[in-house]
Amino acid sequence: MKKAQPINVSRRHFIAAGLTAGAGLTLGLAIPGIAKSEETGPGLAGSDQADSTLAPNAFVRIGTDDQVTVIAKHLEMGQGTHTGMATLVAEELDARWSQIEVVAAPADANRYNNLLWGPVQGTGGSTAIANAYEQMRKAGAAARAMLVTAAAARWQVSEETITVRKGVVSHEASGRRASFGELAEEAAALPVPDAVLLKSPDEFHLIGKDVVRKDVGVKTDGSALFTQDVERPGMLVAVVTHPPRFGATVKSLDDSAALKQTGVRGVVQISSGVAVLGDHTWSALQGRKALRVEWDETNAMQIGSDEIFADYLRRLDEPGVTARTDGDADALLSGSGKVLSTDYRFPFLAHAAMEPLNCVIEQHDDGSVELWYGAQIQTMDQGVVAKTLGIEPSKVRINTLFAGGSFGRRANPAADYVREAAEILKATGGKVPIKLVWSREDDTQGGWYRPAYMHRIEAILDDNGLPKAWRNRIVGQSIAAGTAFEEVMVKNGVDGTSVEGAANLPYAIPNLKVELQSTKLPIPIQWWRSVGSTHTAFATETFIDQLSHEAGIDPVEYRRQLLKEHPRHLGVLDLAVRQSQWGQPISSNRARGVAVHESFNSYVAMVAEVTVNDDKSYTVDRVDVAVDCGIAVNPDIIRAQMEGGLGFGLSAVLTSEITIDNGAVVQSNFHDYTVLRANQMPDIRVHIVPSAEAPTGVGEPATPVIGPAVANALSSLTGKTYHQLPIRAA
Amino acid sequence: MQTLTINGIDHQFDAPDDMPLLWVIRDLIGLKGTKYGCGIGQCGACTVLIDGVAQRSCMVPVSSITGLKITTIEGADDATARAVRTAWQELAVPQCGYCQSGQIMAATDLLSRNPNPSDEEISNQMGSTICRCCTYHRVKLAVRRAADTLA
Ligand code: FES
Ligand code: FES
Repeated sequence: MKKAQPINVSRRHFIAAGLTAGAGLTLGLAIPGIAKSEETGPGLAGSDQADSTLAPNAFVRIGTDDQVTVIAKHLEMGQGTHTGMATLVAEELDARWSQIEVVAAPADANRYNNLLWGPVQGTGGSTAIANAYEQMRKAGAAARAMLVTAAAARWQVSEETITVRKGVVSHEASGRRASFGELAEEAAALPVPDAVLLKSPDEFHLIGKDVVRKDVGVKTDGSALFTQDVERPGMLVAVVTHPPRFGATVKSLDDSAALKQTGVRGVVQISSGVAVLGDHTWSALQGRKALRVEWDETNAMQIGSDEIFADYLRRLDEPGVTARTDGDADALLSGSGKVLSTDYRFPFLAHAAMEPLNCVIEQHDDGSVELWYGAQIQTMDQGVVAKTLGIEPSKVRINTLFAGGSFGRRANPAADYVREAAEILKATGGKVPIKLVWSREDDTQGGWYRPAYMHRIEAILDDNGLPKAWRNRIVGQSIAAGTAFEEVMVKNGVDGTSVEGAANLPYAIPNLKVELQSTKLPIPIQWWRSVGSTHTAFATETFIDQLSHEAGIDPVEYRRQLLKEHPRHLGVLDLAVRQSQWGQPISSNRARGVAVHESFNSYVAMVAEVTVNDDKSYTVDRVDVAVDCGIAVNPDIIRAQMEGGLGFGLSAVLTSEITIDNGAVVQSNFHDYTVLRANQMPDIRVHIVPSAEAPTGVGEPATPVIGPAVANALSSLTGKTYHQLPIRAA
Repeated sequence: MQTLTINGIDHQFDAPDDMPLLWVIRDLIGLKGTKYGCGIGQCGACTVLIDGVAQRSCMVPVSSITGLKITTIEGADDATARAVRTAWQELAVPQCGYCQSGQIMAATDLLSRNPNPSDEEISNQMGSTICRCCTYHRVKLAVRRAADTLA
């Protein structure tokens, strides 16, 4: 073990202290009228703790009580980002982990924007650590520098002779010591430094260690506050009846029986349906049951999943818009060689976060409004609420709470549920605070699904059995079309979220074409944990296995031959294979399957071991996961996200499916929208590739890889191809 | 006016007979640790102990349990519950946390009936409580660890 050393200043990396300059790719999201600096004022919740003396920037506060408060700009929805943000600040501050508290930042895109998204505050695309890695460290380093300067002045010694360790500032020669709290007032009187020194990785005390999550205490004693738990004086609970079929509207409404229910206080019509307000959740739900609504179904959707897939299958015969083309795959595929071809089919999927959607909103006397909920894209939500209520976005104050999961749902491109809450507030004259609550049925049937897709992949092998030509056609709805994200995400008619994972296929194939047909349906859709990779990884990684079987080459060896130019893919593949028992004997009803995939700049490989029973049921017994996400900021949280992300993906492999029949959603709750349970969870071993690369996200990249790993294991046992999810039997 | 003893304290409230215990606990009494996840007995987020036995409070009409003693996550503090909570913290089980009250109540229920469960018994009992963050891997390890510390 290396002995703790005082930081050697010369080895520190000197860096400009500006906290807004982003590293890497900047996506300037075009969200009209909400990203202007003058519209989001300072002074909102969370940023100005009264008892915090030292406030060098928007992210760290140090009080005379020695408490360090980290202001987290990202939503904590389970992925551990509050702990991640705090780790980065605490590392450079050399704080004691126990003295750190985390609070959620207010909605303020000027200070809390996602540096990879331009002037927009939000969490998603596994960007939190990636965008904030340097920003949060600089924030901590600036505070540290001020404490050091204050101590040097107080003790009349040079700054170079001062050390900071675990929240204690000391001068070793004289034995003088002071806590952060004791120095906070003097430090606060100093100018904020223009430039700060950042540690080199070998100086890290917290980054790379299994720092305990900040939220385990409140999440094990029932005290963690979720939106569902918020109470405001005079608050009413609202539930909404939505049309049973997509596209239907209210024709007539009879609320007389509903209003007679005990505790029901009102019924209002809003653009998405009819809201019933009650003293509490139960009365609102009972009121909704008694509501009589007749729906106008003139424009309602009349078709269902069967018709949608039949249409998509026909479309696979037609070329789409080209998303990538190398060489001339079309020519080779219409030539004389043997063409291998598989059609894939992926259903709609609901996010089904454990906490159904909800949002609390209240109007103040000055006309401003305040919200409490698990806000994921604060800047967009602010704009939508402002527009709905006819006020300035700066008058929309958001308190971001823990979200009971999201998996993308709370990053809704239309801010659908937030807007619903605002509409109810408006329809009731803003007189009382409203808690909008979606039931599980509302959440399951309310749309905004992972779109259904079909793929067709065709290939021809060369004399060595390696793919010479590959064409991947994709058909499905575009998530970005018609949203504020369209401008940056749709390029030349191709929605990047529909083809990611397919258009950037890493395998060395000289003639490669990826085509997309974007369809239009009245079913609202959006991103679902790992977005395009949820389907592209399955199609491409099972098809590669199919080709390897055709070539008679071991699937791992096959991939290695095609990934020579992709060391990070190879790195995770080799690690997962080495740690698993790949190639070892295994009983005759069991098999292993492999898959490797990059998403959100993180690389994941898995080896899954499955057992197939006589009745064709199967279990996933063990999975070895290898991940390369650059510098591992918190290995234990990385392991947790690999476990959880894998489990989330496994639900969609084993059992989850939303089907539409005649314009209506068939499933309604967890009895028919079934999800993974503890007894179906494999034994998981996570292996992290040591890396000095910039850190990338871990919330999503495990989700897409489990499906193909499981399907490939099943295939090697049964000889069948699995081309439709979920796989209900082997 | 009805009365319920929750975590050793008598609470008085007015509720229709068919109101599920879940909503009485949450909305009338104000104990928010017990969660709503499905309302139909599928997910276990609403699990409480009624006279020491785990039950889904969304399925229990409040009128059916007069005189019984209810323990919610806030009051789960016997040796078993403490061992479960400690194991949960040591293994950093929670992610979003929303299901975790239910998980902890289900684990406490199992270990108080069966202090040394087999892996299969753990899997089956915990299989009743949905976690969409899929913390199941650690849930199972944590139940095992709690059982070991209680042994
Ligand atoms: S809320 Fe009671 S079981 Fe789901
Ligand atoms: S921790 Fe999120 S649902 Fe279980």
